[in-house]
Amino acid sequence: MTSIAFRRKATDRIMKALFLLSAFLVILPLFLIFFDLLWKGAKELKWSLLTDLPRPVGEPGGGIANGILGTLTVTGLAMAGGIPLAVLTGIYLAEYGKGAFASVVRFAVDLLAGVPSIILGIFGYVLWVLPMKRFSAWAGASALAMIFIPIVVRTTEEMLKTVPVSVREGALALGIERWKTTLFITVRTAAAGIITGILLAMARILGETAPLLFTALGNQFWQTGLDQPIATIPLQVFSYAISPYDDWHGKAWAGAVVLILMVLVLSTVARLLTRTRK
Amino acid sequence: MDNAIEVKKLSAWFGDHQVLREITMGIRRNSVTSVMGPSGCGKSTFIRCLNRMHDLTPGFRMTGEVLFDGRNVISEKVDPVFLRRKVGMVFQQPNPFPRMSVFANVAVGLRFNGKGKSKSEIVEVVERSLRMAALWDEVKDHLDQMGSSLSGGQQQRLCIARALAVEPEVLLMDEPCSALDPVSTSKIEDLIEDLSEKYTIVVVTHNMQQAARISDSVAFFLLGELVEMDKSAKMFTNPSDRRTEEYITGRFG
Repeated sequence: MTSIAFRRKATDRIMKALFLLSAFLVILPLFLIFFDLLWKGAKELKWSLLTDLPRPVGEPGGGIANGILGTLTVTGLAMAGGIPLAVLTGIYLAEYGKGAFASVVRFAVDLLAGVPSIILGIFGYVLWVLPMKRFSAWAGASALAMIFIPIVVRTTEEMLKTVPVSVREGALALGIERWKTTLFITVRTAAAGIITGILLAMARILGETAPLLFTALGNQFWQTGLDQPIATIPLQVFSYAISPYDDWHGKAWAGAVVLILMVLVLSTVARLLTRTRK
Repeated sequence: MDNAIEVKKLSAWFGDHQVLREITMGIRRNSVTSVMGPSGCGKSTFIRCLNRMHDLTPGFRMTGEVLFDGRNVISEKVDPVFLRRKVGMVFQQPNPFPRMSVFANVAVGLRFNGKGKSKSEIVEVVERSLRMAALWDEVKDHLDQMGSSLSGGQQQRLCIARALAVEPEVLLMDEPCSALDPVSTSKIEDLIEDLSEKYTIVVVTHNMQQAARISDSVAFFLLGELVEMDKSAKMFTNPSDRRTEEYITGRFG
């Protein structure tokens, strides 16, 4: 083998190793985080964590049941408002959005997606908390919705754009009205992709903390209404983690495990959905 | 025999580019009319004018008249939705709706056209349409399988069945066999012949032999103009225009 050929081959190997190494380094933190959480939270990972209310310092037992319910409540509210708005906006952009207004919407949505979440929290505070004079689930949900919506708008648009023009033409040629073609043929064809986007956006807002600090605030007890402060898992993890007590630290780790498992489940479902698309 | 469609001085533009120049022709009822010509001659653009498929194309405009049922259907006043229920279309690439069963593909027009048909009526129409499209025997035992899992030729017949289910008067076919193998092609060609007893059929093709095999009349398009139109037998044996003769003898195209 000539030295040039040898060198080429060696470079090729080195580059391949470099790509592989990067990929490995990228996934490494996930596993480190997960095992570290399991290790440190193991002591507190028991049924009572999922079923009990928090207890005062020093008292054994207690859980984050109110936080789990609160997370589901706030996320559910954000999604209930966010899904119709975001999906319809995505449909507008993909199916009708050709003019200047659509470009403005597209740009604004991208901008909204880039706004730091703490700012959305402050916005929720000004919009809800100040006029209502109290922290509430509504305020938390609206801050989360502002994170949720831009993600879902853009995935909906992208997914609809993957539907071939021939599908739309086939429907229009049958004398099906345009709005029905869009909703019942085009959106239906892209449904799995849109749902995947929704699940991934849901996973994203499940773990948000910053926007909830100024809005939902947190709560040591069961929630009493949507216009009242509400506990969520990330908020509980936050307050346990900054506390000076060892048993609360343990609960923070365990809460984080619960959170990451929820995200894992959602991501897996989203994965399965896209896989069965063909 | 009378004409189902009367085209008068139809011109069409994409932006500044004129693609059809004052086309005037009659399309006989219950017969097969082929539109042939080399690529870029405007033949696809032409039949897509007949069911207003260009409506959503930015920059497209047309002038002239397309008379169908006594109305100029290219006028803004005519709702393309109603026109398309009377003038169906089959495309070059078979385009069954993805993620829909064979049954749902055929039923889709009825379900969304708001005609309020009962379930048993729909079942009946689906079977009748699939029979007319000569697909029934091949799919009757698995109507719930995905339309996209059929072979290419079956998919195209599924699309024909889908178009027939809304009971059109005219069927436009834009190179319906160009993506198919010879066996599937000959099935579709036989089907076109059968269907012409009940429907007015317009087929775009760049395959002269196909035009000769299936059509009663042939229109020859070149560079956006209708060069000539005549009975199939006359066109292929004794065309009037020198350009037609040059095209069918393979001098260009």
